[in-house]
Amino acid sequence: MAASMRLLVRRVLRLSHRNINVAAAGGSGRSGCCSGSSSCRCFSDATGDRSTHFGFETVPETEKAKRVYKVFENVAQKYDVMNDAMSLGIHRVWKDMLLHAMHPQPGVRLLDVAGGTGDIAFRFLEYVQSQQERQKRRAARSTQTPSWQDISTNYSTEDKDGPQESKAVVCDINKEMLKVGKQKADSMGVSAGLSWVVGDAEELPFDDDQFDIYTIAFGIRNVTHIDQALQEALRVLKPGGRFMCLEFSKVTNPVLARLYDTYSFQMIPVLGEVIAGDWKSYQYLVESIRKFPDQEEFKGMIEDAGFYCVHYHNLTGGVVALHSGFKL
Amino acid sequence: MSLCAVKGFQRLRQRQCVLISKVCVHQLHSSPGFTDSCYDGLYPGHIQTTPIQKALLAVGSGVAALQNPYRHDMVAVLGETTGHLALINLRDRMKNDPEGYTILTERPRIRLSTLDLSRMASLPDGSFGREYLRFLEDNHVTPDSRADVKFVDNEELAYVMQRYREVHDLLHTLLGMPTNMLGEVAVKWFEAAQTGLPMCALGAVLGPLRLNSSRLQSLFTSLGPWALQNGRRSRCILSIFYERRWEQNLEDLRQELNIEPPPVILSAANKRST
Repeated sequence: MAASMRLLVRRVLRLSHRNINVAAAGGSGRSGCCSGSSSCRCFSDATGDRSTHFGFETVPETEKAKRVYKVFENVAQKYDVMNDAMSLGIHRVWKDMLLHAMHPQPGVRLLDVAGGTGDIAFRFLEYVQSQQERQKRRAARSTQTPSWQDISTNYSTEDKDGPQESKAVVCDINKEMLKVGKQKADSMGVSAGLSWVVGDAEELPFDDDQFDIYTIAFGIRNVTHIDQALQEALRVLKPGGRFMCLEFSKVTNPVLARLYDTYSFQMIPVLGEVIAGDWKSYQYLVESIRKFPDQEEFKGMIEDAGFYCVHYHNLTGGVVALHSGFKL
Repeated sequence: MSLCAVKGFQRLRQRQCVLISKVCVHQLHSSPGFTDSCYDGLYPGHIQTTPIQKALLAVGSGVAALQNPYRHDMVAVLGETTGHLALINLRDRMKNDPEGYTILTERPRIRLSTLDLSRMASLPDGSFGREYLRFLEDNHVTPDSRADVKFVDNEELAYVMQRYREVHDLLHTLLGMPTNMLGEVAVKWFEAAQTGLPMCALGAVLGPLRLNSSRLQSLFTSLGPWALQNGRRSRCILSIFYERRWEQNLEDLRQELNIEPPPVILSAANKRST
């Protein structure tokens, strides 16, 4: 009881604090030179909009969602190629590590928000399938001399124990990204246990207590109201469900941080222009990383939303952080 | 209509932070909400880049353009990132020519919206405007397909680059070259000799690699030398106010520019058959 009261009080304080800070468009300013003074007051007094950050720009909150949509609409076709080029393939390792930490067992339901091209969902289905095969092998080994009756019942239950039990739902606000994901699924021949849903992370089109695992990989920094997305995550998870978030975060080591910054700002927009023909979207991408809260602050936000046992794990020296929390 | 002032100009620092200079023109319409045409940099579409970024872009776009010659945006980026000195040279030549100077001050743009196609179609055969229109129709091209300049850090030079791109089609008409590979290479040789842009030189050297032997022969024996010679001796092609010369006879215009008619007549029917 006391714990939840404490959480409530903390949340009220945070909200009031945030209201005061809202126009400052600050995150935890990574490199102070970049954030502060470039704010152009582009919003109209008549509508009285609150403003937020879009990369290093300041935009009205209503604008941000539209602009983010446009960015991902433009990059959807080349999204996977660009990910490989920008991270030199390391993003695959990060996603594999997410799955490893998740360790899903056959039968769980996954909701992958901002799942776009389906990387997490595909890995989830593969993992669950391999877990299933493992279980079958273990079962087969334990029954040394199965009777014909046992063998026949095993065959008949095989189809039922199939991937239909484990379901992955990919939810994304952007139709283009989902389209690319669906095409990938078709070309890989994966269809069972996979659904594609258009939806907003701040307002998910699902009932309460539906999913065992909620993941959001490299998507939450594009959401306008992160706290709302976290609350929605809490709502749709079953009690005992797990929230997992992969996101770019703050690099602790100063040497690595310097290299990372140089690489981000010099190389990535150039790659965006050469490979995808779109400089501005990738400029937004590296700026939005700088605007996202650091590991501790984000952990606090997750706790404020009502999750328990919130932990984070740094990958690649803090370039990426894996946050995890439970709904109890 | 209300204007909101210019804000914040940040200099590039050692940490390679983003350089943003914003000019906002804020328009309040009667409809709910508003539109604003904000642009970073010195002109609409301008993207500020550090020297390192320009170098990376030059290399990257070169590789991309070689791998896929249909990526016109990469050819454009290559031209912008490598053409600084040549653009300065071109701009100075334009300034020293009275007609060129007029162009630099008036800044005309060649677009479908600015061309009066019906009037040009009614011009007599042999006139520049009529032949240009014929060229557009035969080769199925439009003047609106030119990419905007992004990486040139000087507003005037950016216009010179844009003008060069838009004049390219007119050059095809003046030289009588279609848009197939051979015609493009011939025009590139002319442009390389005229402008000295490294991108043109690169295109001139690498373009012939995609031609078959009979066309190569034609290029090296007649078309090539003709293009080079005329490129060197002709008047600066950017200094001509084409938009005011649609009625002029094409042959007259060629003579004025010091360009000989092509030695070989190429037809547009040879499109896309390297």
